[in-house]
Amino acid sequence: MNTMNMLDKNLDTKTTKIAARDVNVYYGDSHAIKDVNVEIDANTVTAFIGPSGCGKSTFLRCINRMNDTIDVCRVTGDILLDGEDIYDKRVDPVQLRARVGMVFQKPNPFPKSIYDNVAYGPRIHGLSRNKAELDEIVEKSLRRAAIWEEVKDRLHAPGTGLSGGQQQRLCIARAIATEPEVLLMDEPCSALDPIATAQVEELIDELRANYSVVIVTHSMQQAARVSQKTAFFHLGNLVEFGPTGQIFTNPDDPRTESYITGRIG
Amino acid sequence: MVEQHIASAFDRDLEAIQAQIMKMGGLVEAAIVDSARALETRDEELAQQVRKRDQAIDGLEEMINEDSARVIATRAPAAVDLRVVLSVMKIAGNLERIGDYSKNIAKRTGVLVQWHDSTDSSSALRRMAREVELMLKDALDAYIQRDTELAADVIIRDQEVDQMYNALFREFLTHMMEDPRNITACMHLHFIAKNIERMGDHVTSIAEELIYLVTGNRPEDERPKADMTSTTAEEV
Repeated sequence: MNTMNMLDKNLDTKTTKIAARDVNVYYGDSHAIKDVNVEIDANTVTAFIGPSGCGKSTFLRCINRMNDTIDVCRVTGDILLDGEDIYDKRVDPVQLRARVGMVFQKPNPFPKSIYDNVAYGPRIHGLSRNKAELDEIVEKSLRRAAIWEEVKDRLHAPGTGLSGGQQQRLCIARAIATEPEVLLMDEPCSALDPIATAQVEELIDELRANYSVVIVTHSMQQAARVSQKTAFFHLGNLVEFGPTGQIFTNPDDPRTESYITGRIG
Repeated sequence: MVEQHIASAFDRDLEAIQAQIMKMGGLVEAAIVDSARALETRDEELAQQVRKRDQAIDGLEEMINEDSARVIATRAPAAVDLRVVLSVMKIAGNLERIGDYSKNIAKRTGVLVQWHDSTDSSSALRRMAREVELMLKDALDAYIQRDTELAADVIIRDQEVDQMYNALFREFLTHMMEDPRNITACMHLHFIAKNIERMGDHVTSIAEELIYLVTGNRPEDERPKADMTSTTAEEV
């Protein structure tokens, strides 16, 4: 999986996929994210860690404008995807979300067949010209999500009938069916058993070849296992951001040290 | 240590292995002092005790390694906690080696008892051993106090031990050239001096482990080396 962290040093040559500049997020009067500046590399798994309520999920949701759906939420600063401001008025959030996919904590398949779950995105974005192409996209996505073998004989059974781990991999297949450039994952394994977790982690590592993956996780070990870069959030601040190997052996900030060694909640 | 862990059992685990290191350190200090005293006074019985007590040192090393492996498996230590576990395992290895060198000195004492020693090298060896024992004591104190300055001081003091060894090396060489009947005794005495010099190197490693534990980095400068005997040649 995570090819030894010594390789982290070579990451400096990577190109920046997402750049956040002075990002602040407010929920009404509450200041949830404070002056966050971060650059997320292409073809890299970046983990966001931090205690509950630290703002890591809020920040993750800013990256595909999921916070637009919350009336009291206000975002200032710039978030650039390939150098273009995603909060620009001309940007269509629906098109943005085709480029920046998301997988949530709880598997949330549509109450449709396994096939239709995966075909939904490609259909609404018109990514296929005919049934054969769509079939191909569905199979490819399910294969890459490591669930094809388990569902290929029951593609028209409801997605909700799968086990938790299978549902989550189905949601990942759905997220990658539109060929996004960035995949946001908000605690994708918290409801999964260790085997399904290992499968999802293996998948994350494979996805890195084509996408930038940003994962929010409460499992320190998961962050250490799957990511190349780790960002530690605390009370709305981005406290420390660096190579995962360094964060877990010798972090710079005492707050990071306290958190990863289990000294603050 | 810094703040306590939320899981207090984790603190107890880490404290327990560090307490074992201190216990092991105490046994090793005694082994150094006693092996040198047994040599100087040609006390075979004390030398025998040193040899016997080495088993306890080996047993503690094994226990520390097992407990460290268990902490890694069950607690997945990170950052400073990880460095504690890694340093403890390495220090246990260094202490075990120092114990072995003391045991070897005790073994050679058994042979030397039969030889008349016309030199005063035994007391010089005891002074050298005493210096190493003080360095070890300070290295272990530095470990407990997380005192990097004291550890740096220990590293520098190893040069004195190296110089004592250089002087003894020349002295033994001279004795052997003067009278071939001195060769057996001087060979054993030389190995003893070398053992003590190597103990100093292991103490230096312990001090370096402490610096790594506290700072996360190993000391950058190459450690001072004053042992010149590898390149020494005497005209015969």
